[in-house]
Amino acid sequence: MEVRLNVNGKAKQWSVAPGDLLLDVLRREGYFGVKRGCESGECGACTVLIGGTPINSCLMFAAQAEGSDVLTIEGLSHGDELDPLQEAFLDHGAVQCGFCTPAMILNAKALLNRKPHPSEEEVREALAGTFCRCTGFRKPVEAVLAAASRAGRKAARREAAR
Amino acid sequence: MNLPRTVVGRNVWKVEGVTLVTGGPAFTDDIHLPGLLHGKILPSPYAHARIKRIDTRKAKALPGVHAVLTYKDVPRVPHTTAGQSWPEPSPYDTYLLDNKVRFVGDRVAAVAAESRAIAEKALRLIEVEYDVLPAVLDMEQAMAPGAAVIHDEPDSTGIHDAARNIAGYILREIGNVDEGFRESDFVFEREYRTQRQQHCSLEPHVTISWPDGDGRLVIRTSTQVPYHSRRQVAMILQIPVSRVHVIKPRMGGGFGGKQEMLLEDICGALALAARRPVKIEYTREEEFYMARTRHPQILRMKMGVKRDGTIVASQLTVVATTGAYGSHANTVQGNTGSKVLPLYRAEHMRFECHVVYTNTPVAGAFRGYGCPQGFFAQESLVDEIAHELGIDPVEFHRRNVIRLGDIDRLSAQLGEGKAGLPRHIRSCSLPECMDRGAAAIGWTSKRQALPAPARHLKRGVGMACTMQGSGIAGIDWASAFLKMNEDGSFFLQVGAADVGGGADTVLAQIAAETLGVSLDKIVITSGDTDTTPFDVGAYASSTTIISGGAVKKAAEKVREQVLRMAAKMLETPVENLTCGDNRVSTVGEGKKSATMTEIALHALYKEKTQIMDGASHFNTDSPPPFCATFAEVEVDTQTGMVRVLHMATAVDPGIAINPAQAEGQVEGAVAQGLGYALTEELVLDDAGRPVNPSFLDYKVFGAKDMPRLTTILVETDEPLGPYGAKSVAEVPINGPAPAIVNAIFHAIGVRFRKLPIRPEDLLRALREKEAADDQCV
Repeated sequence: MEVRLNVNGKAKQWSVAPGDLLLDVLRREGYFGVKRGCESGECGACTVLIGGTPINSCLMFAAQAEGSDVLTIEGLSHGDELDPLQEAFLDHGAVQCGFCTPAMILNAKALLNRKPHPSEEEVREALAGTFCRCTGFRKPVEAVLAAASRAGRKAARREAAR
Repeated sequence: MNLPRTVVGRNVWKVEGVTLVTGGPAFTDDIHLPGLLHGKILPSPYAHARIKRIDTRKAKALPGVHAVLTYKDVPRVPHTTAGQSWPEPSPYDTYLLDNKVRFVGDRVAAVAAESRAIAEKALRLIEVEYDVLPAVLDMEQAMAPGAAVIHDEPDSTGIHDAARNIAGYILREIGNVDEGFRESDFVFEREYRTQRQQHCSLEPHVTISWPDGDGRLVIRTSTQVPYHSRRQVAMILQIPVSRVHVIKPRMGGGFGGKQEMLLEDICGALALAARRPVKIEYTREEEFYMARTRHPQILRMKMGVKRDGTIVASQLTVVATTGAYGSHANTVQGNTGSKVLPLYRAEHMRFECHVVYTNTPVAGAFRGYGCPQGFFAQESLVDEIAHELGIDPVEFHRRNVIRLGDIDRLSAQLGEGKAGLPRHIRSCSLPECMDRGAAAIGWTSKRQALPAPARHLKRGVGMACTMQGSGIAGIDWASAFLKMNEDGSFFLQVGAADVGGGADTVLAQIAAETLGVSLDKIVITSGDTDTTPFDVGAYASSTTIISGGAVKKAAEKVREQVLRMAAKMLETPVENLTCGDNRVSTVGEGKKSATMTEIALHALYKEKTQIMDGASHFNTDSPPPFCATFAEVEVDTQTGMVRVLHMATAVDPGIAINPAQAEGQVEGAVAQGLGYALTEELVLDDAGRPVNPSFLDYKVFGAKDMPRLTTILVETDEPLGPYGAKSVAEVPINGPAPAIVNAIFHAIGVRFRKLPIRPEDLLRALREKEAADDQCV
């Protein structure tokens, strides 16, 4: 069967089998930032944003993504320009093995889109669906909070310049 | 001349950081290979059984199946899966495939097919008739007369006493412990028990193997030990080492679980049989019981002390199980003695350990490598002794811990499966670690009485001190190679295997610092047995000190060549020149300089010389990093829940080459230590089957579970380390369990001597205490 969807702003049409997981199809199409950690919706490493909402792509058939707007980590940076979240993760040493990093960043992205100035509690809530065995979460949480204030400062500068 | 450091000691971005945050293809499975087959292993459903009959005809006949292997199809070569230096100190008791299975999950057969679904179907079509044998699941019963013998095969070697299921036995003593106990005013003795913890690397074990155009076997794999894996696979598949090429891409965590040749042999065998690329990737469930775990132990800790709190003698007697195979059996357990007891300056020490086989999942290397078990026992008992003597635990530690200038003599007796080398303490900030950790947690005021926020909530603080090593003395070694490019950059080639903790970045920082160039001028390649020189791999907290030592030596040699080349160009003596800021400059008056690019172009096209060199490095000592861990807990006496409010961890890592990364190592270790203390245990049922092999049922600390973390690096300058570095990744995992246990005692007056501390255990203990208190009244 054919599935039509938008991935990172580009229209795609893919042939899939009815039982294909979105996770497998995305990886097959070269979106390697989508990771397989448990295949049962527990670790969150396969997180993508669908219509801005974090979704475990291992719990969704590719066919269910028909007509959706999918954002993967590959779509977050613009050319060489990293998203403030990506920069903040590197600045704060929040990336260790990096296997869960795309999922953490996407979950944080969804949060900041919804709530530009979250509390630490809200950041932890947003990251709670992502399993990380490396960091102990202090640096990722700091990175998200820093990205929020950095993005806030940028927005304020834009506002002031107007 | 001592220039200020420009790269070492800085929080630079990880060298592969941009790839990781943008989701670039970095890991083993991030590759598309034409014709890739999916490999699957048929796991044993029984804890102990002999295969009476196995028929693969139906599986082989299934369309899409390209290879099916049983013990009948492969060479029978006894080996260990432990990724250790040759000759490995672990018994050779494992076979690629065998006619006997020794735990639920042991390999029965393997298939390679065109899809995972076909491979799974093929597994179901393999007919196996088992002769089910009595299983030994309890480590205390394993040595009992009449227990089923797990390794009754005649060709295994290096097993201490196969007939009694004893994989390894260790007995070491310095001084005279019995005499020491007689000299003591008080002798304390307690028993402790620890559980089966799983590494839970987010990237499961995954290996892709294929025969290349020249018929060499390529193995792309998530491993901490590329070179050991190459040697082991060659031996097991009976092909020359030169016909095997192991590639380690980026790794999604290892924590010791990948210091193991786990899938490489069977995946390679399938690839050779199918003559196609084959991938085996463990599912999360398989990862839990078909990979490796921490060794469960029963520890009897005995200490004799003087009235003033001086420890006179200590004795640790351990029974541990290595599961069905003896991977790391002797060495993990050796560490439980050699890295734990010498934390104290007691004159008399004795360590005895039986490591037994049971029909349970295989234990192996796991961050801490035997120390979390040992320190749980030792630091719990020390807290109890301090309490009994009425001495503050911090003060008790201060009086007894090993200090600068001391020599740890137990390590000389107890090395890597044999006698070792004495450890000289040349750097140590443990006293300051204790001071700063205590200040961070508010020790002095909180040890008095903590105000409880509600009647049923009780708060307490506890602490523990721990140490580890930095590489295995006299055994771990590494090499590095550097060559210069036209643009003034350098290729750095190391066999070291970055597990995800940032080794590549640290090694590049050391090279950049030594060569006087910016970090972007170092392009590192690591963990590839064809293109990088030998390294034992990423384990034993060795990479920064040992591989880093090799990088520094190689960079010093290359810097010498760069300076000589510049001397010719600038027509000035080498002694007048120095490297820095991507150029070589004269010192003093009449400043002249050449950029690294100019020097490289001159060397390559005028002098026709490749500036390049390599170096090897090892140490005959293993400088310990030290750690003081402080915990504040809140115990809910109605539900039995322990909430950790704050963990303060102060570590002496030597010099931190990249402080942010070093802090990250501490925090990750603390998170794993919290799980070890309170939630993590792979539970087996009475048939040896895993009960909770999923993240839903095996609880790991997440973003919302983590307490407040305070991380303090108390740096020292270690003479044996590159730029003064020791190690940091393992030591902080040892402290959380005892610190939390001691904090719980402070909160509610109950001691827990078994991990993890589950709410139901806590409630039961509280009820027992109340009953006992009532009796007293």
